[in-house]
Amino acid sequence: MAPLPQHATLFQRLFGNTSGKLVLGVILGAAIVVPLLNQLPESSPFHVPTFVVSLLGKYLCYALLAMAVDLVWGYCGILSLGHGAFFALGGYAMGIYLMRQIGDRGVYGHPMLPDFMVFLNWQELPWFWYGFDSFAFAMLMVVLVPGLLAFVFGWFAFRSRVTGVYLSIITQAMTYALMLAFFRNDMGFGGNNGLTDFRDILGFSLRTDGVRNGLFVASALALAGGFLICRFITTSRLGKVLYAIRDAESRARFLGYRVEYYKTFVFTVSAMLAGVAGALYVPQVGIINPGEFSPINSIEIVIWVALGGRGYLYGAIVGAVGVNMAKSYFTVAFPEIWLFFLGGLFVITTLFLPKGVVGIFSKAPSHPLPSLRALLARPAANQGTRPGDAL
Amino acid sequence: MPHKLVPLGAAMRRVACLIAVLAAFIAATGLAAASDFEAALGKLTDKSFQVKEQAIAEIATSGDERALPILSALQAGDLYFVRKDKRIVFAEKLDKGFSITDALTGEALGEVKRRAVRKVSINNRLRTALKSAIGSLELFSPDAEARLAAARSMLVAPTADALAMLDRALTAESEPSVREALETARAAVQAQTGPLDARLAAVGVMSGSMNQDVWRVLGKLVEEGGETASEDAKQVALAASAALESIESQKRFYSLLETLFFGISLGAVLLLAAVGLAITFGVMGVINMAHGEMLMLGAYTTFVVQQLMPNAIEYSLFVAIPAAFIVTGAVGILLERSVIRVLYGRPLETLLATFGVSLILQQAVRTIFSPLNQPVITPDWMSGFYEVNGALSLTYNRLYIIAFSLIVFLALLAVLRKTSLGLQMRAVTQNRKMAASMGIRTGWVDAMTFGLGSGIAGIGGVALSQLTNVGPNLGQAYIIDSFLVVVFGGVGNLWGTLVGAMTLGVVNKFIEPFTGAVIAKILVLVFIILFIQRRPRGLFALKGRAVDN
Amino acid sequence: MTQSGKRTSLIAAASVLALALGSTAAIAAETIKVGVLHSLSGTMAISETTLKDTVLMLVEEQNKKGGLLGKQLEAVVVDPASDWPLFAEKARELLEVHEVDVIFGNWTSVSRKSVLPVVEELNGMLFYPVQYEGEESSKNVFYTGAAPNQQAIPAVDYLLSEEGGSVRRFVLAGTDYVYPRTTNKILEQYLLDKGIPQDDIMINYTPFGHSEWQTIVSDIKEFGSAGVKTAVVSTINGDANVPFYKELGNQGIAASDIPVIAFSVGEEELSGIDTSPLVGHLAAWNYFMSAEADENDAFIEKWHAFIGDEDRVTNDPMEAHYIGFNMWVKAVESVGTTDVDVVREAMYGITYPNLTGGVAVMNTNHHLTKPVLIGEIQDDGQFETVWQTPKGVIGDAWTDFLPESKNLVADWTQPISCGNFNIKTGDCSGQNY
Repeated sequence: MAPLPQHATLFQRLFGNTSGKLVLGVILGAAIVVPLLNQLPESSPFHVPTFVVSLLGKYLCYALLAMAVDLVWGYCGILSLGHGAFFALGGYAMGIYLMRQIGDRGVYGHPMLPDFMVFLNWQELPWFWYGFDSFAFAMLMVVLVPGLLAFVFGWFAFRSRVTGVYLSIITQAMTYALMLAFFRNDMGFGGNNGLTDFRDILGFSLRTDGVRNGLFVASALALAGGFLICRFITTSRLGKVLYAIRDAESRARFLGYRVEYYKTFVFTVSAMLAGVAGALYVPQVGIINPGEFSPINSIEIVIWVALGGRGYLYGAIVGAVGVNMAKSYFTVAFPEIWLFFLGGLFVITTLFLPKGVVGIFSKAPSHPLPSLRALLARPAANQGTRPGDAL
Repeated sequence: MPHKLVPLGAAMRRVACLIAVLAAFIAATGLAAASDFEAALGKLTDKSFQVKEQAIAEIATSGDERALPILSALQAGDLYFVRKDKRIVFAEKLDKGFSITDALTGEALGEVKRRAVRKVSINNRLRTALKSAIGSLELFSPDAEARLAAARSMLVAPTADALAMLDRALTAESEPSVREALETARAAVQAQTGPLDARLAAVGVMSGSMNQDVWRVLGKLVEEGGETASEDAKQVALAASAALESIESQKRFYSLLETLFFGISLGAVLLLAAVGLAITFGVMGVINMAHGEMLMLGAYTTFVVQQLMPNAIEYSLFVAIPAAFIVTGAVGILLERSVIRVLYGRPLETLLATFGVSLILQQAVRTIFSPLNQPVITPDWMSGFYEVNGALSLTYNRLYIIAFSLIVFLALLAVLRKTSLGLQMRAVTQNRKMAASMGIRTGWVDAMTFGLGSGIAGIGGVALSQLTNVGPNLGQAYIIDSFLVVVFGGVGNLWGTLVGAMTLGVVNKFIEPFTGAVIAKILVLVFIILFIQRRPRGLFALKGRAVDN
Repeated sequence: MTQSGKRTSLIAAASVLALALGSTAAIAAETIKVGVLHSLSGTMAISETTLKDTVLMLVEEQNKKGGLLGKQLEAVVVDPASDWPLFAEKARELLEVHEVDVIFGNWTSVSRKSVLPVVEELNGMLFYPVQYEGEESSKNVFYTGAAPNQQAIPAVDYLLSEEGGSVRRFVLAGTDYVYPRTTNKILEQYLLDKGIPQDDIMINYTPFGHSEWQTIVSDIKEFGSAGVKTAVVSTINGDANVPFYKELGNQGIAASDIPVIAFSVGEEELSGIDTSPLVGHLAAWNYFMSAEADENDAFIEKWHAFIGDEDRVTNDPMEAHYIGFNMWVKAVESVGTTDVDVVREAMYGITYPNLTGGVAVMNTNHHLTKPVLIGEIQDDGQFETVWQTPKGVIGDAWTDFLPESKNLVADWTQPISCGNFNIKTGDCSGQNY
């Protein structure tokens, strides 16, 4: 682990470069401005409807999720195609808390059980629902459950040196298996319908503009916090080891680094961030269901990152927000043919913007991608087997 | 078996009586019967299904020779009546209307509009009645196959009325297989009523039979021997349950075979879905998210081929296979030349681009063919099943698909091993620079390889069209499984894909009876995850320096 | 934070807004807006696209008649893309940004559950056209599809009857989600009440899009060989049906051996299947395209003209939208406004001719009175009605066959004015809006 740096260095590391300041500025600025604009009268041209506030809040959650993926993929070379699972688990932890907040106000008026359990003839609350009445406990679970899964999964996979596409595919298998499991009504998570019809959070009604603005601000703060954590990790000594692992894993191992420790650590942190993103996402969209585990969703997250610019934290943010904004717009403007646009966007960006959108603006990336170094280091491998190259 | 003789002897006597009675009956009532027949026929136009059921019984027992064609037409849904005069007619569908023939006189009545006639509707109860009525009439068909089918159908609803008919058929029958079926059917009737020893003997005849209808009859006997039943019935029930017991162990063995068959056929489907990916992803290293859509294009090609040759559906698949190969192969080559070519050396970005392509292809199909599923017809030779016995029947479509998947696999193997194209492909993937300096046009080989993989996927799509929905989402349903199979088997190894597909299929089907379909699938996924921990490069890992990166 | 950071953030926020709001028209009082919330892409596009077209047709037709209250109707179509959270988002967008007066939409239960809090909060009006599991009655939703008592119970009654084959052994096969779970629970209780022993009821659930039916069909075959007439009650959803029926055909299970009665298979689903091996299998609906009524002929004709394809079929959810839309038009005309609260009051007791020759009534529990039809699949992909309830059945929001739900009633008129009123305790739980 990196020795604790001096205060000034830490500040420099976190806020030292312009892009970092810019990103934080935009996020925090939005956190202040958007709720204020929401307060303006509706007739004002600058009024932001609550609908847009929630929409932006959702984008911010996606951005945090994308950043979590970028942390493992862009900085450590682990292509996880199962990050949607961590996001969904965080969401379910929050969802269960919100279900408990309904109390006896379900349609059946049952004092203890949520509606779907009453209807399935459950007699008592399953053990894994206990404790979620407490917000603090639920928030703990939001990070612990995804973190623990990632730790166990990562520990075994990285110790066995499962790498590249094999790792990607078993992360897909993981999220697929979880999706099937959560789809089962017998699991006790509401089956296909998932958890919905939330009422309150911390005693405040979710259906008020104040709470929506609050959630938006919370999402912005979480994103900013996540950004600082990621920056802290990537600029530390540990971060340097991560680059080394990304660029030449075997070499890093031969130099004496326990590659699996580093990978497991960063994978777990990333899963926790994804869990937080999921927890903030759920109250803003009002539902969590097994569809979030769908393997295609996880692939989409990777695409946001690739589109925005892999290996740049703000690239992930730009990608997530950009793609989702495009999606929101296309589904209304061209409801019949919007997939052509989205698909075309993916193809064109890959062909013409190999470094993602941020690649246009950034001439000299602070952490170069393997391209140049790898070319110098392993000329034969890179040119000899073009297809089937490292992931 | 000694007790078999008793009922047979009794039967002989009864048959003699019956023939005499029948002859007298037909002679005496010849004329009256004809008008009764017409009256019964008239009842078919009634709305009530009960009346129609009566009519069917009357027609079947009338002895009139017009009965069989009329009942067969009724069963096939070709019997109509004219709305105006309620005359019963055979109708043949034309483009706009029907060509009709009087069912009684056989007189051709020309063409009529669709609304001029109305179908004599039947429900499932009538279908059952028709089946046994037609069965009883066909017992005397000159065709041994028809007689066997008829004898079997007598088992569906064995009633005492049928006994006379069965006995008559038995005296005339010489074909051993038909005789056996007839005797079983007669035993099924006899086991229900009559003196106790005859009933027990009948149960004896049925014991050991591997016919499902017999089990049903035996099951019914066991059920009838409840608390309140007579002493006789209880004894019969006891014998019947003993007979069922003896069948049980055989059934267990066959059900094991059946599960194995299911597993292999699921494996064959996975193989067909994945084998194209084994080329584009396994050999070339392109993370081809559009693979599912290649399957989909193959299935749609089948649909289009069937639309183009509506009168030769039976042969449509033979046209569809090469057509699908060419169409999806061409799309694959186009994709390779326009998009993937640019991305070699950046394999991850192939994921991004091909995902985009898959969205575009889905939407294209939705725009061209509508978002609805399209009906792909299963040719007659592919439907139905080969019945080993009552406990094990192998459906033809699965048998064909297993065979087909193996043929495709072997053909692909041959292409890679024996042709110069295959040699070049292997050379290029092993060492591109060296291959290029040997004069191989690597760009061309890349295009061909990707085209081959896509084309094979298209062929897989033809097979899938026979099993599942042909719609825009078809590809999505198989893409994950395909990747799992290829990775499980070991990327870059065709044999791995074969063994991987079969293993996953069989494991899945053996777990399913214990846990249900969902948990079986989850367990298989967990199995794959754990397996990859043990063998991080799949079942058949490539060896040597190429392995690392 | 530096000056430049603040400025950029403002600009960024503004541009985000500009994009998000992009196409939304500011104010448009000249038209009455009808929101259409059906998936046009993703897994549900197969079913829902047709319903979008149906609403567009109804809107166009109403405009030809001179519109509504002297204004033209304008359909606002959005694509929630079979993504359940997106349904809630799009519903909010329709109500808040486009300010639609009514929404026609949703197919799956989960999408309805996702939209529900939104329409309740913003006091919208949603017409939901698909048969569903009941156990719900929202002030802001009109359920024009069948409740379980309008489909499942009559279907089983038919199978139990002599005409339906006196079935005494049942396989309840469904996709594992709420609708089949509820329906099967209700049916299980109903069958037990009818004296069918527990051993003669087999319940089986499969995941969405299940395509490997060999094992299950062979189990059904085995279950059906016990000497007692057996039938399958299928709540298998959408895509899984084609491979299921294909496997039935391949394993030689004919309708006369083991009939399958389905609640989710209509004309549109059949149009994707070669139906010749399926002749005789059954379905229970409130409408079949083959229904003989003048309204139906006219509707089919208009549909074919609108869609420009003589081969397109009509189905039950389309009829539900037809009834719902016309009832809404009638109610709006009668009160002279599109105000949700006023129109809702006017909806109760409103009648409109259905397409099977009867009259549909909107009840105060927000469910319709409709006839129940049992049809047999024909080789041309149509259904032949073999049985029909003598008169309309009132949709029951809360089933009487589940212990927790039998005490609940829905009635949105005074004095109850509650979607889940407990007649035992006199409580109206959870209504906090």
